[in-house]
Amino acid sequence: MALLEIENLTVEFDTVDGRFRALDGVSYSIDAGEVLAVVGESGSGKSVAMLAVMGLLANNGHLWADKLEFEGYDLLTMSAKQRRDIIGKDISMIFQEPIASLNPCFTVGAQIDETLKEHTEMSRGERKARAIELLDSVGMPDSAKALKKYPHQMSGGQCQRVMIAMAIACKPKLLIADEPTTALDVTIQKQILDLLLDLQHESGMGLIMITHDMAVVAETADRVVVQYKGKKMEEADVLSLFESPQNSYTKALLSALPENATGDRLPTVSDFHLGDGGAA
Amino acid sequence: MADVTQNSAPDTRFELIVNFWRHFRTNRGAVAGLIFFIALVIIALGAWFIAPHSPIEQYRDALLLPPAWQEGGDWSYVLGTDAVGRDLLSRLIYGSQYSLFIGVVVVSVALVVGVCLGLVAGTFGGWIDTFIMRIMDIILAFPSLLLALVLVAILGPSLLNAMIAIAVVQQPYYVRLTRASVMSEMSREYVMAARVSGVRTLRLMFVTVLPNCMAPLIVQAALSFSTAILDAAALGFLGMGAQPPTPEWGTMLAESREFILRAPWVVTFPGLAILTTVLAINLIGDGLRDALDPKLKRS
Amino acid sequence: MLRLILKKLGLLIPTFIGVTLTSFFFIRLLPGDPILLLAGERGVSPERYNELMIQFGYNDPIWQQYLTYLGNLFQGDLGASIVTKQPVLQEFMTLFPATVELGVCAMLFAVIVGLPAGIIAAVKRGKTLDHTVMTTALAGYSMPIFWWGLLLIILFSGMLGWTPVSGRISFMYWIEPVTGFMLIDTLLSDEPGAFGSAVSHLILPTIVLGTIPLAVIARQTRSAMLEVLDEDYVRTARAKGLSNFRVIGIHALRNALIPVITIIGLQIGVLFAGAILTESIFSWPGVGKWMVDSIFRRDYPVVQGGLLMIAVIVMIVNLIVDLMYGLINPKIRHTE
Repeated sequence: MALLEIENLTVEFDTVDGRFRALDGVSYSIDAGEVLAVVGESGSGKSVAMLAVMGLLANNGHLWADKLEFEGYDLLTMSAKQRRDIIGKDISMIFQEPIASLNPCFTVGAQIDETLKEHTEMSRGERKARAIELLDSVGMPDSAKALKKYPHQMSGGQCQRVMIAMAIACKPKLLIADEPTTALDVTIQKQILDLLLDLQHESGMGLIMITHDMAVVAETADRVVVQYKGKKMEEADVLSLFESPQNSYTKALLSALPENATGDRLPTVSDFHLGDGGAA
Repeated sequence: MADVTQNSAPDTRFELIVNFWRHFRTNRGAVAGLIFFIALVIIALGAWFIAPHSPIEQYRDALLLPPAWQEGGDWSYVLGTDAVGRDLLSRLIYGSQYSLFIGVVVVSVALVVGVCLGLVAGTFGGWIDTFIMRIMDIILAFPSLLLALVLVAILGPSLLNAMIAIAVVQQPYYVRLTRASVMSEMSREYVMAARVSGVRTLRLMFVTVLPNCMAPLIVQAALSFSTAILDAAALGFLGMGAQPPTPEWGTMLAESREFILRAPWVVTFPGLAILTTVLAINLIGDGLRDALDPKLKRS
Repeated sequence: MLRLILKKLGLLIPTFIGVTLTSFFFIRLLPGDPILLLAGERGVSPERYNELMIQFGYNDPIWQQYLTYLGNLFQGDLGASIVTKQPVLQEFMTLFPATVELGVCAMLFAVIVGLPAGIIAAVKRGKTLDHTVMTTALAGYSMPIFWWGLLLIILFSGMLGWTPVSGRISFMYWIEPVTGFMLIDTLLSDEPGAFGSAVSHLILPTIVLGTIPLAVIARQTRSAMLEVLDEDYVRTARAKGLSNFRVIGIHALRNALIPVITIIGLQIGVLFAGAILTESIFSWPGVGKWMVDSIFRRDYPVVQGGLLMIAVIVMIVNLIVDLMYGLINPKIRHTE
């Protein structure tokens, strides 16, 4: 049984100009211990599927799926209360803007503590010890002091470490990272990716890496899902995707990598005339 | 939706207005307020024609008559009469003239004075700026109605003096708004360009900068129009505004206070007139704010 | 933090001087001779007139008069009422608790009703409930409160007979003013039913005075909440699997409160303006009614002193609110 199974998931949003289909019949799954990358440009709907899994779609969102299961539990029919018991504990998620993703009015310690309090039976002292342990494990210098800091007193990289510490607090089975390094400095990006991979390796959790960056895919993923305009273009293991992409969009995406540039000018995806969808 | 209209900068004034109307139209409350307001203007302008009676004539045989639909009412005095036999409906109709007049005068005076002071403070800066803004701080340190009351006490109670007092109390808001937008506009490229090309300061202030500060000023004008009506009515109610027998709504309330338990209608209708008028203008103000400032749209 | 306080205090000094100048010139700007104004309607003999001119220092140069006035102020001397001959400061202090009691109750009412109303409207954004709450709030904001008071009297005192029409307490009771706050004094006294009487006298004035602040708070809370609910950290809170109550009531509200508290503080000035009308309608023996009555009685020293006291109090409250803004906003509190 796969850890997370998505079959034929469609998500639409109500807008002023009518219904907008953000995700159109997408299917994929991830197993425990696996690293899956979901790639696509902005607007390809790559985050939408994960927000749907987490139950974080905005009020104007509507979703249908043939199957949306986590460890065999049906996320579609489950009550909000049951879902809240799973998310933040067994499935957790980190986001693109680490500083904005932490509440400016509470200390880092309080925000980590809150997750532990919600999902575990630990005492106050145990929770504090666990929070320090978590901050140590994400490479935060002087963890005990960091607990008392507010997010605005930290750098973006440190905030993302806190977000990761919060996400792994309850030893999740699946971690979803939504463009976790995009907002960070290049030098920090590598550290954060390495940290995520190390944590994944140690704990054997599933990791879904949402990104637009093929370099990140190459570095981290076992398997890749390519998305374009809300549809799945291609799914393959990472080696075969880079060596023999099947889909014209994937080819276009790969040619846009600087390493693959041949002429004077870097090609962009729009240079390749794609039919709507362009599925292989 | 909004993004499209925001990004394509409208190049003619006409397009600007069309654009604005498209936004404004979607706000049902604002449109309702506008319709009510237009109706009120028509009533005020045509009061001589519309009102069934004179606002000050006392019908001695019809004192404290209840509204027509109540027992003892008379259809020639639809909303009833007051303690000296004046027709309430006619007084209310004529009263709309006063309220609109007060609003127009107060907003014009406060706007003109406030904008000029704000432009001067924002353009010249330095001690002139400090001086003007400190004076505004002092005015704002007093509760507005109290200061207006005291000003009227100095000037003597009358409608004109009440309007002056309310205008004085309101203009700091215009000064602050204008100064803030002038200061932010002054650092923009187009002002730099105008300065480099040798535009005179006065022209720079009024022709180059001012039109770009209009949006918040228009919204403030709408809001202070309604505040002016409320404050003038409050002064009238306290006996410090329009004096009897002027059919100003606040003054009418003051005159009818002693009859509240015997003849509730003489109290109810003037207040209702104030409330609906002020509400309509505030609805328009909210609509203006949403339509003129897409950034504030969400609130 | 201490530097911030000192800086804000420094900014208040010019305003304070301006306020004292305003109240100083108030008497001198009144049409007519100040001595004749002070003497009231009976008039004075020429000898007494000259005596008074010297006593009040009206022959001195104007700047000296101002300095004398300022000197007296700092000794707590605001002059004496023409009508009662009592020192103005003493009268103010006797009446002020009544205004504070009414103002605090009105503010509590406004916050207790307005805050949840704004939160609910924001959470139910675009739904019927949102529209209903916001239309009601705008109507409250547009309310001529002097009429609203009369209307409530017609309904609750006239038709239903539930509440008294005026005053702070029934004539049946004589309550020794210990704190000046009727709710506390009645509890301290052994008079049975006095507390209930005080409460019933407070209800209508509280509603009337609280209406506009309530509307302002509801509107501001809604817009602050809408802004905050779209923030990334609210999504993070949801992603933690927290209950709706914790997400909205703790994570979102804690941030939305920062601008709302500022707005609540700014309502103090509005409250004083409202108190003038409310106290006049309900014959509430507070500072607002005292000011209006004094203007009518041409008791100008009282108007002068009251004007100054109220402005100073508003300034102090605004300063406290300003500092509170720093305290509740970690971004300001923890910036070195």
